[in-house]
Amino acid sequence: MEIKILGTGCAGCMSLYKTVVDVASELKLDATIVKEEDIMKIMEYNVMTLPALVIDGKVVAKGKISSIEVKTLLMKSPFSLK
Amino acid sequence: MIQKFADWLVYDLFSIDASTHFGASLNFFFYDTIKILILLFLISSIMGVINAYFPIERLKNFLTTRKLYGFQYLFASLFGAITPFCSCSSIPLFIGFVKGGIHLGVTFSFLITSPLVNEVAVAMFLGTFGLKATLIYTISGIALGMIGGVILEKLKLERYLSDWVKQIQAKSEIETAQWKIEHVSFIKRVPTIIRDAVGIVRGVIIYVIIGIGIGAIIHGFVPEGFFETYLSANRWYSVPLAVILAVPMYANAAGIVPVVQVFVAKGVPLGTAIAFMMGVVGLSLPEATMLKKVMTWRLIAIFFGLITLFIIVSGYLFNILLISL
Repeated sequence: MEIKILGTGCAGCMSLYKTVVDVASELKLDATIVKEEDIMKIMEYNVMTLPALVIDGKVVAKGKISSIEVKTLLMKSPFSLK
Repeated sequence: MIQKFADWLVYDLFSIDASTHFGASLNFFFYDTIKILILLFLISSIMGVINAYFPIERLKNFLTTRKLYGFQYLFASLFGAITPFCSCSSIPLFIGFVKGGIHLGVTFSFLITSPLVNEVAVAMFLGTFGLKATLIYTISGIALGMIGGVILEKLKLERYLSDWVKQIQAKSEIETAQWKIEHVSFIKRVPTIIRDAVGIVRGVIIYVIIGIGIGAIIHGFVPEGFFETYLSANRWYSVPLAVILAVPMYANAAGIVPVVQVFVAKGVPLGTAIAFMMGVVGLSLPEATMLKKVMTWRLIAIFFGLITLFIIVSGYLFNILLISL
């Protein structure tokens, strides 16, 4: 699976990236985690609140979310069930 | 109650003499910090409840699908006030609005009010200056967004947007009813709202403490009436001076209010102080660089120049109002 964190580099975006990396390793996910900082690319996802979390091309969360929420979202993803 | 707690903490638990300067300062520090943190938590929770029902997508939908006869500036400004502002979201918001075919002036209304009026600013103001000053600050922040938006719209500034945004604007279409209401009961939302409010408090607590700390230091070292020489109400240039000094500075509301409070205690008129605060939180160099992605320098200069001017004018107004009230 591919996880993308959309954010222009503010504190909230950094912390979401860190949370995702932590949660992914905790769940032992086979995932590539990318941080998208290019605003032009970010806008293609039609989000108005940053940071945003994208799993396999789909926006699953906007704005600040907690690590518990990240965990639920990553576990829900069909690719995470191995 | 908070005062009693602060008294107990400093005088009984730390057993510092209440008659000493240090004891009094420390007591004041704890009292202020606790009061502000409680207010911040309460106001963040209230904003959280409002936000749960009026997310930004809903506002966009509302603004694009309805004829509002000029009231769109008021709504954009009001929504700017209740939406928690994060500078990293200003560009996506701007693009999102432009994409939806919302007029530039209305988008500006939102952009002006959003950093000025937010839960942190309101809580800090309420805690340090009381209700009257908070109301003046909030209402004028919203009015500033409205008036600024109307005037910026009249100036027909579309041609000064960056090429990238112009392309998006050309392709813009009114997206209707894409946003669907999530039916989550209020009770189920409560934990999220409280957690978010705690998150906001945790995020700014350090700035509150630093701000109150700096305030306490200035309080102790700067002689009474020091600022009066330069920034008192009867000097005509004091308001523009304060605002122009404030614009390049950036600090969040949590850190700047306690410092501003000390300025006021040392003789700076409240109106001048509010204008200073608006300059600090509303306009900043980091924001300008961020906006560069969507606007040309010329547009940024017009935007900043106009808002600076408005803040200066409101500074004079506040001074008149607050003296006569």
